[in-house]
Amino acid sequence: MLSGLLDGIFSGISLGSVLLLAALGLAIVFGLMGVINMAHGELMMLGAYTTYMVQNALKGTPLFGIYIFIALIAAFIVTAIFGLVLERGVIRYLYGRPLETLLATWGVSLILQQLVRSVSWQLVTIVALFCLLFFGAMWIVARRTDFERARGWFLAIMIPLSAAAAIATGNVLGTLYKPAFTKLWFDARNVDVTAPKWLRGGFPIAGTQFSYARIFIIVLTIACVVGVYWFLNNTPWGLRIRAVTQNRTMSACLGIPTKKVDALTFALGSGLAGLAGCAVSLLGSVGPNTGQNYIVDTFMVVVVGGVGKLAGSIIAALAIGTANYLIGSNTLVDLTAPIKPLSDTFAFFSTISMAKVLVFALIIAFLQFRPGGLFPQKGRTVDA
Amino acid sequence: MDALIQSKSKARQRLLIEAGIVAAIALLLLFVIPPILVGSGQGFRVNLLGRYLALAIAALGIDLIWGFTGILSLGQGVFFALGGYSLAMFLLLQLPDGQLPDFFSPYGVTELPWLWQPFYSLPFTLFAIVFIPTIVAATLGYLVFRNRIRGVYFSILTQAALIVFFNFFNGQQKLINGTNGLKTDTATIFGQTVSSPPVQAFLYTLTILLLVGGYALSRWLTSGRSGRLLVAVRDDEARMRFSGYDPTMFKVLVFAISAGLAGIAGALYTVQSGIITPQAMNIAFSIEMVIWVAVGGRATIVGAILGTLIVNFAKSILSERFPQFWYFFQGGLFLIVVTVLPGGILGWLREDGVRLVRSQINKRRPLQTYPSLEEDPGVQYERKNLANRESDG
Amino acid sequence: MILGSTAAGSILLKACGSDPSTTASPGASPAASTAASTSASGNTVKVGILHSLSGTMAISEKSVVDAENLAIEEINQAGGVLGKQIEAIIEDGNSDWPTFAEKAKKLIDQDKVATVFGCWTSASRKAVLPVFESKNSLLWYPVQYEGQECSKNVFYTGAAPNQQIEPSVDWLLENKGKEFFLVGSDYVFPRTANTIIKAQLAAKGGKTVGEDYVPLGSTEVKSVIQKIKQALPNGGVIYNSLNGDSNVAFFKELQASGLGPDKYPSMSVSIAEEEVKAIGVDYLQGHYAAWNYFQTVNSPASTKFVEAFKAKYGSDRVVNDPMEAAYIMVYLWKQSVEKAGTYEDLEKVKTAAYGQTFDAPQGKITMNSNHHLSKFVRIGEVGEDSLFKIVYETKEAVKPVPWNQFVTDTKGFACDWSDPAKGGKYKTT
Repeated sequence: MLSGLLDGIFSGISLGSVLLLAALGLAIVFGLMGVINMAHGELMMLGAYTTYMVQNALKGTPLFGIYIFIALIAAFIVTAIFGLVLERGVIRYLYGRPLETLLATWGVSLILQQLVRSVSWQLVTIVALFCLLFFGAMWIVARRTDFERARGWFLAIMIPLSAAAAIATGNVLGTLYKPAFTKLWFDARNVDVTAPKWLRGGFPIAGTQFSYARIFIIVLTIACVVGVYWFLNNTPWGLRIRAVTQNRTMSACLGIPTKKVDALTFALGSGLAGLAGCAVSLLGSVGPNTGQNYIVDTFMVVVVGGVGKLAGSIIAALAIGTANYLIGSNTLVDLTAPIKPLSDTFAFFSTISMAKVLVFALIIAFLQFRPGGLFPQKGRTVDA
Repeated sequence: MDALIQSKSKARQRLLIEAGIVAAIALLLLFVIPPILVGSGQGFRVNLLGRYLALAIAALGIDLIWGFTGILSLGQGVFFALGGYSLAMFLLLQLPDGQLPDFFSPYGVTELPWLWQPFYSLPFTLFAIVFIPTIVAATLGYLVFRNRIRGVYFSILTQAALIVFFNFFNGQQKLINGTNGLKTDTATIFGQTVSSPPVQAFLYTLTILLLVGGYALSRWLTSGRSGRLLVAVRDDEARMRFSGYDPTMFKVLVFAISAGLAGIAGALYTVQSGIITPQAMNIAFSIEMVIWVAVGGRATIVGAILGTLIVNFAKSILSERFPQFWYFFQGGLFLIVVTVLPGGILGWLREDGVRLVRSQINKRRPLQTYPSLEEDPGVQYERKNLANRESDG
Repeated sequence: MILGSTAAGSILLKACGSDPSTTASPGASPAASTAASTSASGNTVKVGILHSLSGTMAISEKSVVDAENLAIEEINQAGGVLGKQIEAIIEDGNSDWPTFAEKAKKLIDQDKVATVFGCWTSASRKAVLPVFESKNSLLWYPVQYEGQECSKNVFYTGAAPNQQIEPSVDWLLENKGKEFFLVGSDYVFPRTANTIIKAQLAAKGGKTVGEDYVPLGSTEVKSVIQKIKQALPNGGVIYNSLNGDSNVAFFKELQASGLGPDKYPSMSVSIAEEEVKAIGVDYLQGHYAAWNYFQTVNSPASTKFVEAFKAKYGSDRVVNDPMEAAYIMVYLWKQSVEKAGTYEDLEKVKTAAYGQTFDAPQGKITMNSNHHLSKFVRIGEVGEDSLFKIVYETKEAVKPVPWNQFVTDTKGFACDWSDPAKGGKYKTT
């Protein structure tokens, strides 16, 4: 009984911490901009692929034992840079239109999924060349005074032209340096991330075993939460982020550079997604669809937690994780065994599919009572 | 008074012209396009066209709630699937007495589950196709809108509903065949196999008729007073509330209607593609539906239909040639429509297209402000009229 | 954008079309072969290849396409079929079952292919089945499946349950233990497989202590592990029919929870060489899998197949059972067509196929009149080198039984298409 109870608590916390880690970046971004970033899962996937690449690069070197820490840093940097590009390139044009942002980021997520499937040196060259030609030409032409008038024509000519030039070059190079140049980096197949030896196996207590990988993730989650709290509460930029979250217009009036704050926050949120991706690669598979498995669950954490409150997200993540585990395993069935109809009901829901059905239904019901989540934003209504 | 009557008769005239155009397009789809496609050896595309026209009905529903009312539902797949499953269950029960649909036997089910019982009856099924989605949407909508959940929250909530239904349908092997879904191709209706050419031709015709009906319904809803109310919900719900309207009921109504349209679309799509599976409730499909409307043009009813056809045929043709590019293309489509073409194709045609044509034929476009007063066509017009009046008087 | 991508497309098409004999990479191969198909004329036989090249199932199906392309290329180099070159038209099913049906219609109606090689999941096969039946066309299906089907328009070259599941359960009962926990993905193959296993265990003195299903693609399997621990506190057999991504999470969690293969040996029916690579061999070593073919099968045909595949696609690639089944089905089709002397008259091709034998990588296989293959059954243990050590194999090919004899509804039924009176499902007694 003791081991069962311990197991239950540990599993619930562990599931919750995975959810929380994945939702942390989303919660910050959503709190600040009211933007649901559908590509968040794909940013996690990028983090997981970064982990894979770091693992392969360090295989056989003495650093391999601690590759996971290097991977964490690398994943954070890679996804943060990517997030920055995404914010500067797409999202900043869409502030104040959350639903459009949702659709645009979904588009980004589709592109990212296909990108890891078909990325090769050839594709990289084509994209880089296209950007060079197109934006280079734009940079030159944009200095002319009558640029605005000819903009349409410029786009109509330059886009196909640079695309054609880039693709032609890519194909010529592809035929010249055949296997190496056109070989897909990852392909559609899943790649393997194997935890270093000290993270495999588990820590035995009272007849049960606590997985090291999960303990690692719990510690990582705590570190991230503490780090984010510290950053938001003790640094000048953290102060600015909080100010913009609470009242964007007033902050702008007081001279806070809201655009920089937006970009920084988005980069931070994306970087956290990268960390989460690195962490989940220890538990599950790394493939083009990795992100899709987490995306809706993490939304739920953010929505149930309430906007702009990290405490809400923490409680929501733990609650959803524990509920998922308790319902999906036999625990509730056993506990309610004396009351036959109740235990039958729980038995009906005690597979992972059906647990998900029940948990999500409960979330919908919960939001009926507390539409703003656990910790709704105070003050006058914020129109989403 | 005269002017009023004149404008009324003008409106009637315009309506007649519109009805004429719609009828002409419907006739074109019915009698001209299929023979052309069959003649050019692309017979299977007629079936595709029928399916996409069915999807266009669902797109109409999305246009109503998203385009006009500004509510983004990412759970239309639920209603689509409910409609599809209703009809599929009816078709699978078209068996000799006492027999069960054959997928039951591997799971050891020997008695028809109670859920299936009502689907023996055709009237109930027809009712169910429209009203089960409607009722589900109305219930969900009432609860959600009453609590003033809106914007992104509503979208996420509909996505949660999608997950609930998907996992339920996916996990219930013994009830509705889980992942494999229900296959309607080999079922018989009125002594004919569903996949046989006459039945498919009938379904194609029915789809077009229902699409025309859906178009008329949407036109009716979005014109006049009710249309302005929908737009009011989208543009400023608070002001509408203060003006003494209850937006909740309007939103519930529109959401329910869009669900009903999705249900009809699901049923028609199912019988034309031959199978309905829980895949119809995956997240991607429901978001894709939104992009059809966005591509065609939000808040333009024709745009919803046009966008559906364009995107789906692009998908069908592109994925034949370059399967790996389809995702890039689709992702790019989302990005471009949202950032560069927020009005969709029709919106672009109305704004920039007209301007482009005008500039080609050397006609100045009307501007908000003019460099000098003399150049404003309005001023010129008034001056002319004044001059006329002076000369008259 | 539309303009740009069409331009991009046509240039790519030309680039690939100029050099159709060499395939750049698996990713580029579809474009290449479509290009070949539009440019080639006259003396070719068109065949369709219908698999998911995008979406969730692309993970598995892409390598099957590779194997099919390899077989087609080999046949073409050896002079083709009936003196004609085979021209493959590749369609993407997009991991979406209605799309499979749509593309099947396109292949048959527009491209007028002689036959189609394709599908992986049972759901996709069930979706295209009515198309092939109503248009009386022919599908070759290369994956092990749950049986309970015998269409006259499909040749099944993967294992029926009695060629994979049933022998592996017998082997487990004999060598590993009597108590079984069944875990599978939530769809028709694991559900049906587990129905069969439960009936078999009940008949042979084993015991099912529990079963659980995970949604396809789910990576959260913690509660399954807890159920296994609860049901088998002192060890026992785990019978695993999970598919795809869930396996990775499952084995990582299994190891982390201390359920090693010594006390909790697991038998998997959807893990082959490619999956071992994707999961990571450190998590799998010591677990078992049941198949008809492993890359480690030691025979001249197997060596030749492995070498040819690696030469074409790179030395880091591995082959597996579905790929082998896909490879041999192309050859079986070729042999049947040559025996029938036509590829257009499907009745003749089908009749010619019955009794057709082929010296396959797994051994000498035979096509039966119930449209399934007689195949060898093997059980392998995952070794350090990511390959399987074969611990059990049948001496002779096992005859296929599509209608399962452990399931009450189909007990006593069989299938024989060579005799018009018998057909797809007839009573044997």
